[in-house]
Amino acid sequence: MTHHTLSVLVENKPGVLARVSGLFSRRGFNIESLAVGPTEHPDVSRMTIVVAVEDLPLEQVTKQLNKLVNVLKIVEMDTSVSVQRELILVKVRADLSVRSQVLETVALFRAKVVDVAQDAVTIEATGTRDKLDALIRMLEPFGIRELVQSGMVALGRGSRSITDRSLRAVERSA
Amino acid sequence: MTREITGAQSLVHSLEAVGAEVVFGIPGGAILPAYDPLFDSTRVRHILVRHEQGAGHAAEGYAQATGRVGVCMATSGPGATNLVTPIADAYMDSVPMVAITGQVASAAIGTDAFQEADICGITLPITKHNFLVHSANDIPRTIAEAFHLAGTGRPGPVLVDLPKDVLQAVTAVLPHEVWPPSLDLPGYHPVVRPHGKQVREAARMISASRRPVLYVGGGVLKARAAAELRTLAELTRIPVVTTLMARGAFPDSHPQHLGMPGMHGSVAAVTALQKADLLITLGARFDDRVTGRLSSFAPNAAIIHADIDPAEIGKNRAADVPIVGDCREVINELIAALVAEEKPDLEAWWHTLDGWRRTYPLGYDQPADGSLAPQQVIERIGAIAGPESIFAAGVGQHQMWAAQFISYENPYTWLNSGGAGTMGYAVPAAMGAKVGRPGTTVWAIDGDGCFQMTNQELATCALEGIPIKVAVINNGSLGMVRQWQTLFYDQRYSNTELGTHPASPRTGVKRVPDFVRLAEALGCVGLRCESPGEIDETIEKAMAIDDAPVVVDFVVHPDAMVWPMVAAGASNDDIRVARDIAPDFDYSGDAEVNL
Repeated sequence: MTHHTLSVLVENKPGVLARVSGLFSRRGFNIESLAVGPTEHPDVSRMTIVVAVEDLPLEQVTKQLNKLVNVLKIVEMDTSVSVQRELILVKVRADLSVRSQVLETVALFRAKVVDVAQDAVTIEATGTRDKLDALIRMLEPFGIRELVQSGMVALGRGSRSITDRSLRAVERSA
Repeated sequence: MTREITGAQSLVHSLEAVGAEVVFGIPGGAILPAYDPLFDSTRVRHILVRHEQGAGHAAEGYAQATGRVGVCMATSGPGATNLVTPIADAYMDSVPMVAITGQVASAAIGTDAFQEADICGITLPITKHNFLVHSANDIPRTIAEAFHLAGTGRPGPVLVDLPKDVLQAVTAVLPHEVWPPSLDLPGYHPVVRPHGKQVREAARMISASRRPVLYVGGGVLKARAAAELRTLAELTRIPVVTTLMARGAFPDSHPQHLGMPGMHGSVAAVTALQKADLLITLGARFDDRVTGRLSSFAPNAAIIHADIDPAEIGKNRAADVPIVGDCREVINELIAALVAEEKPDLEAWWHTLDGWRRTYPLGYDQPADGSLAPQQVIERIGAIAGPESIFAAGVGQHQMWAAQFISYENPYTWLNSGGAGTMGYAVPAAMGAKVGRPGTTVWAIDGDGCFQMTNQELATCALEGIPIKVAVINNGSLGMVRQWQTLFYDQRYSNTELGTHPASPRTGVKRVPDFVRLAEALGCVGLRCESPGEIDETIEKAMAIDDAPVVVDFVVHPDAMVWPMVAAGASNDDIRVARDIAPDFDYSGDAEVNL
């Protein structure tokens, strides 16, 4: 199965997330990652959905998503022409004996320490999935106490925006 | 000075403005405010049903018979959840319907209040869309949007949930002043006009085909394209099959009609699809009951697939020429494109098809014991009531026989629960159809199992002056399940015996319930027919009664089975015309068509 990243523009209305996520589960598709937030337009939210699926079922899920009345637009974000990022916060055991080694790893990955205690540090890092996986692997020997990850967000490269036309539609009907 | 009205008044005025002429429903606590102004409305007739499921199916029957959006109404909680089955049914069969439900007051939502159910959440996967209304100001726009969504594009059910305080609140937004309100549906753009390039490519393939079939589904009826379909078929001489949802879209008496495809389709229709080199699929969706085992369905056919819902195209079977559009527009453009094209040479194909039709016509045996053949009963009802009548069926054997043995000549004369297979559909759907088309004779062809699920709506029919006719095809059991037990479960009749026959073999009890007495108790005329000699006479007696609903208890042989049959999951090549009897396709001995 291949991973596909979909950017889904939706009306910013209650229940839309449930409509979208419910559609995935009911049609038998698994969401690998999901991030939702407002866009530059207050009436439009943007979901970034990563789904592991072959090309033909991807077409089906995209068509089904398009049928949801609150969905404005769906664009697949090809990795080669988009910037894709995730964020992690990870709490690592780091007493004085290993703290410098932990900080060295943090520097290596251009991550940063956002909290520190006697025997632990909390690290914030952003990047692609591969980079974050590598960071986690490097931190594991010190002892990971807690890990939280955001869903992936993605934006197409270049000057074009996928929101222009959808925003016009929303503004027209408003 | 601004005049103000309540949300409930706004709802009723909006229903009037949108043109709803009838609402099927039952009041209850949360929806109660709406029933007060409804009481005064002269333009919206409310029909008080006996169960919300009946309201939903009646709205469906009304919609399917008239083409207009059907409306049902219920209160919160159990009232709303009782609508779930008909909503699911309408979703599966793309029936335009608006369901209006009361909801507990906004402040109580989420507190497990009395009669609270998250009906928007519950119906999320079975509605085209649903709305929870937050302000009385939004009622006119929401009602307009609900009707627009239900009736356009691929039709379907839309639910509008109205909290009690929203119905009670006052609003200065007056429906008659704002109508038609501007719709706020920026993400809804059904594609109606097909792509010209795709249509031309389809026309080219049709012209070059040698064994084409027009595979016609319910979308042709939704698009009101029966006349256009006939023009296309006659222009090209291509054979036509009509699915369970499309019966009536093409006249059964037409020489190009091969009948219904699918699990209980005619040999000619099923086999024509199997052997075709091109399927011109119009508003059909390659349902498993049509295709049998999908991997062996029409293995040598190229596929033209036209549907207004892009998600149907390529869902089950890949399309060589996908066409997104309304079927009427698609057919009209196909006709225009084909006028200039050379028509396909179908002489050899028709020779083969006629051989199958001649050799394997639909048929049935008369029971040896002199009891009624259910197929004959249904055939006679069709013949005596005539092709202008409407027939609504439940689900099971009687439904299949009604699809097979009634000759449908006109669109919108066959109503049934195709996708969902909802037992109990017939009586309330017939009621809704009769309300929508009061001048038309409406027969419910029901089974003794189905009839016991929703027959209470006969009380509604009796009191509201809705004289439908119900034929209970009483075989004393859940017949289709029993047929499967006969064929696949070693004749172990686990829990299919109903005891509605004169002498139940299992219990010895006679006629529980007695349908004639039940009919009378519900304010209907009850008739019974138990021997072949009485069939016509009984039907004619029922036809003569026009001032009350009629129920006829046709006591039929319990062992009759529906044939032909393709077993579930089997290939359509393995169709059986009767038990253990496969058609011999080598018979036609046709050297011209290389199958």
